[in-house]
Amino acid sequence: MSDDNKEIDEVTGTDTTGHEWDGIKELNTPMPRWWIYTFIVCCIWGFAYQFLYPSWPLIDSYYEGYFAETQRDRVHAELASYNQIRNISADKIKSMDLAAIKNDHDLNIFALEGGKAAFGDNCAPCHGTGAQGFVGYPNLNDDDWIWGGSLDDIHTTINYGIRGVHEDTRINEMPAYLRDELLNKAEINDVVTYVESLADNSIHPAAGSSEIFADNCALCHGEDGKGLQELGAPDLTDAIKLYVTDRDSMIDIVSYSRGGVMPSWNGRLDEATIKSLAIYVHTLGGGE
Amino acid sequence: MMLFTLGIYYITPWIRYDRGEGMPDQAILIDIAGRRFYFFFIEIWPQEVYYITGLMIMGGIALFLVTSTAGRMWCGYSCPQTIWTDLFVSVERFFEGERNARIRLDKSPWNFTKIYKRLLKHITWIWIALLTGGAWVFYFADAPTLFNQIITNSASFDAYLWIGLLASFTYVFGGIAREQVCIYMCPWPRIQGVMMDEESLAVMYRYDRGEPRGPHKKNETWDDRGDCIQCRQCIVVCPTGIDIRDGLQLECIQCSLCIDACNNIMTKIGRPQGLIAYDSLKNFERRAKGGKNVFRIIRPRTIIYSILLILVSVIMFYSLMNRSEIDVNILRDRNPLFVQLSSGDIRNGYTVKIMNKSTAEQQYSIEVDGIENLHIRIDGVDKFDEHGAPIITVTRDKLRSIKLYISIPRNSLTADSMDVRFKIKSIDNDAQDVQVTSFKGPKL
Repeated sequence: MSDDNKEIDEVTGTDTTGHEWDGIKELNTPMPRWWIYTFIVCCIWGFAYQFLYPSWPLIDSYYEGYFAETQRDRVHAELASYNQIRNISADKIKSMDLAAIKNDHDLNIFALEGGKAAFGDNCAPCHGTGAQGFVGYPNLNDDDWIWGGSLDDIHTTINYGIRGVHEDTRINEMPAYLRDELLNKAEINDVVTYVESLADNSIHPAAGSSEIFADNCALCHGEDGKGLQELGAPDLTDAIKLYVTDRDSMIDIVSYSRGGVMPSWNGRLDEATIKSLAIYVHTLGGGE
Repeated sequence: MMLFTLGIYYITPWIRYDRGEGMPDQAILIDIAGRRFYFFFIEIWPQEVYYITGLMIMGGIALFLVTSTAGRMWCGYSCPQTIWTDLFVSVERFFEGERNARIRLDKSPWNFTKIYKRLLKHITWIWIALLTGGAWVFYFADAPTLFNQIITNSASFDAYLWIGLLASFTYVFGGIAREQVCIYMCPWPRIQGVMMDEESLAVMYRYDRGEPRGPHKKNETWDDRGDCIQCRQCIVVCPTGIDIRDGLQLECIQCSLCIDACNNIMTKIGRPQGLIAYDSLKNFERRAKGGKNVFRIIRPRTIIYSILLILVSVIMFYSLMNRSEIDVNILRDRNPLFVQLSSGDIRNGYTVKIMNKSTAEQQYSIEVDGIENLHIRIDGVDKFDEHGAPIITVTRDKLRSIKLYISIPRNSLTADSMDVRFKIKSIDNDAQDVQVTSFKGPKL
């Protein structure tokens, strides 16, 4: 626009652009300088960014940028460096036996923290976040251990599982006495009463039921019904029941058998993690 | 005054105070990594920030008291902003001369002298700023060690970062912003008007003596006119650039530079000093009535502030003297809430955190009662006192966290939530703490 066309609007005292629509003239109010400069700087920034960092999609890849670096790479590198630090302790845990780890102050803390995290990721779905257990899934805080509560026992259980797929898995199977026609209903009824009487003196079992127990149950559960950890046979006299405690359910279990499965973690978790888990579970309050 | 306050600031971190082996020997130290605040014989843990609150309340009331007695004493004499501004201004004056010379220099073109003077001034400023920031970090780490690290360029990045940050703040606030900080950024000038009354001292122009003002030639009579000769010296020296003769103003920081300037002039022209002086509004009234100047320092307002100040100090001192050397925190396990054992007993788990705030290793016995036949178990403890209570050793100045299990027979359970009382007692000194928490069981 030439200077000849410059025209001052009377009311505002501002230049007009010379454009006129239906008698209305457009005022010339340019963007503030600071705004323009900020805009230009932003443009430069934008182009520079596209050049320096991954930006444009290509047919089967993408433009990697001058630095060829992403935050994801950085996270991976950081994780790798942390893992390197962690591996120093993890290697030690791998090579030491459980009791020695527990006696080593720093390694014990490392194992407890690692075990806690691994427990939340892998064990909590069945055993609960506080290891409090559910019906059919044992509470790991208490002092009742079906397969043994020593450090080594816990480690074996985690490592190979129970009724799992590993060849060394812990396995047992309670017979289904009614289904397999080993006992009849009346006998099962009597033997359940007998089991109840083991914990409660006020219950008087029927005559001959102790023989039924001795012939059928005592082999695994022991003559006093206190169970046998080597065989994974639970204590029938204590206050803790893996399944329900009412009489009908007990009759069901004797009649049709029951047993859960714990996966074997060998191969799914590394040795250091499994050992850490064993140490963590052992300290939950019931370790033997 | 400037030297005195600056001296406090720079020397304090170098004062040593022996706390025994393994403890920092710096008298005043804010140990952020170790989470302790040391002040001579006092050692404050982060859980005790209320002492800092108390200190701030004390500082606040002291400020109120000073303000109501003598106006903006704080602003004029002890505020770091004023002191550093004065320091920066004196550097400026040293290199560039008095105000008029500075204005001339400002207007002069950029020749060698100007560049050289400016450069010297800014370099000195930056050095002052760096030293200020440098002294600041000494409060947060062992001063001699850190000093060594800094001059050998081996201190941590954080130290340099803070020095840089504080240096730039000092440079900007002291060298460039100056009184703008007082006028626009500081809330204090706006608040303190409330504390002042007509008896408060303030730097004032005694208009009853100065007016009518006007230029005065030698040998002219002083009759029928005021003592102010319009020399404008009071305006020239004012760091906030106001005219004190307009009366009490927000911008006035009571630095009293105008008093000195005016007194010089008054001496030169042979008039009595004190045309500008510390005065109170009430005195103007008194003089108008033909009375004398009275400075009433003891007034209800100052008495109330003094009483408050003494009260807070006494409370602070008392609580510091009776500061417990033990702090116990008991957290009951919530997941699971309780565990049933094979015997039918109910067990709760607790995490007991014992803080030993004393300066020596302590043995603590843990007694628990409140429920019949309760049994406590702590893994890894083999020491018990004569009543069978377990004994825990906590090294000095440390927190120890232990896992404690309480189990009770089923028939002791009288409600699904019962109170248990932990009594943690030091065997070596008489520090003890009693905490009541709950014991949960199944719904009855």
